[in-house]
Amino acid sequence: MKITVDEDKCCGAGSCVLAAPDVFDQRDEDGVVMLLEAEPAEHLRTAVREAADVCPAAAISLSEA
Amino acid sequence: MSTPAGVLVAGASAAGLATAEALRRKGYTGELTLLGDEPHVPYDRPPLSKQVLAGAWQPERAHLRTREVLDALDAELLLGDAAASLDVENRTVHTESGRALAADTIVLATGVRPRTLPGQDGLRGVHVLRSLDDALALRAELLSTRRLLIVGDGVLGAEIAATARGLGVEVVLAGPQAAPLAAQLGPLASDLLAELHNENGVKLRLGAGVDGLTADGDRVTGARLSTGEVLEADLVVVALGAVPCTDWLEDSGLVLGNGVVCDSRCRAADGIYAAGDVARWHHEHLGSLLRLENRTNATEQALAVAANILGADQPYTPIPYFWTDQFDAKLQIHGVLAADAEVTVVEGDPAARRFVARYERHGKAVGVLGWNMPKQARLHRQQHLTTGGSR
Ligand SMILES: Cc1cc2nc3c(=O)[nH]c(=O)nc-3n(C[C@H](O)[C@H](O)[C@H](O)COP(=O)(O)OP(=O)(O)OC[C@H]3O[C@@H](n4cnc5c(N)ncnc54)[C@H](O)[C@@H]3O)c2cc1C
Ligand code: SF4
Repeated sequence: MKITVDEDKCCGAGSCVLAAPDVFDQRDEDGVVMLLEAEPAEHLRTAVREAADVCPAAAISLSEA
Repeated sequence: MSTPAGVLVAGASAAGLATAEALRRKGYTGELTLLGDEPHVPYDRPPLSKQVLAGAWQPERAHLRTREVLDALDAELLLGDAAASLDVENRTVHTESGRALAADTIVLATGVRPRTLPGQDGLRGVHVLRSLDDALALRAELLSTRRLLIVGDGVLGAEIAATARGLGVEVVLAGPQAAPLAAQLGPLASDLLAELHNENGVKLRLGAGVDGLTADGDRVTGARLSTGEVLEADLVVVALGAVPCTDWLEDSGLVLGNGVVCDSRCRAADGIYAAGDVARWHHEHLGSLLRLENRTNATEQALAVAANILGADQPYTPIPYFWTDQFDAKLQIHGVLAADAEVTVVEGDPAARRFVARYERHGKAVGVLGWNMPKQARLHRQQHLTTGGSR
């Protein structure tokens, strides 16, 4: 699984961080999402899928690679 | 896991799509239908008053998912047809075009529609902003407008004011509060917002409600305040809040009252659930019925509904959250900020317009507001707001 984020769309909600704190963080200065793991390990996948789905800005896309 | 034979979702926007996605993610493989009255594929509303209205985004950028992702969902997407009535006993939705859609489980996600002023319908030059088509129509007229009057001093009115100023339009914002969003945010943050709007040239005509519109023939000319004063304008946006889209459920026998009334599982009747702006459910931690109109609730409630459909039997007890962007200010609001709460700045500095404030009532933290400090606000939420929490 590969994650891409559209920083322009991110509204800084932090929902992704609440859902998958091992994979997402936010920049200190403007709250924009930061990817800690672009290709997360197997056991994180469900959390990452949920993070992508709850993102209120649809800023996170996933591809199966 | 109990598995329904078929799920029908009425309302194909944020909450409806999120319900469908969550069902699939949680392993539901049965039939899935998403019915929406708009002709567009599911799109996101928050950018409508911001990037789309400003012209910074083409409308397609507001689409929630690409066509590919939608196809992969393996759901039947019925667009441009409205749900017209619901037969609760037979779990069947009848649509405007004459379809009869039966399903084991039905999810109501029809959202809200804008409240209007008497006499507004049929008047040219008056807009509301809820849909993509509304946003494009308003934008088209804004580009040739000199004076815009916004009726309503809530989030939507204030955002439209900021965006329209950015387009160089003269903007007057009218409403009954002392400052924009005063009832929601309390004096500290709303006074700062008023200052921000003033600095950017928005004329605030606050402290008086708007009684009605004035017109010349079928064209709006402005609005009349409760004080008798008339504000003139070429274009008027009415942003007076919204009412749940439940007209089509009137004869269904479901309990309606400022939304579809649900139990703590977001269930309106056996096999019938509601999610998003239209749902008014029993929040167990707050001990009362609650209806939220914000973007994160649309998805979080959809997740809860999907889980309950599949047999989780869990109460939905979120910490409410919304954000708003106005000029250079990005506000994040977690929890419920009462206007009379005790407010303490816990990080940053309001004078620098970068801060986090904690709201307390009866010695208990009820909310956190971040002003240009999204990450820090989220961290304070995790530290202070323990009631609720959807996960
Ligand atoms: C301009 C604007 C800006 C916003 N900005 C923010 C923001 O910055 N932050 C934030 O947190 N929230 C914001 N919101 C609120 C957020 O967009 C909503 O909370 C969210 O869209 C709710 O999702 P929903 O799916 O419940 O309802 P909706 O998005 O309203 O979707 C309901 C769908 O159902 C359709 N429908 C209605 N009746 C029927 C019927 N009878 N049959 C079939 N379909 C029907 C509607 O046409 C619509 O497509 C904003 C809203 C607007 C309008
Ligand atoms: S949930 Fe979405 S909008 Fe929020 S911080 Fe993460 S990527 Fe950004």
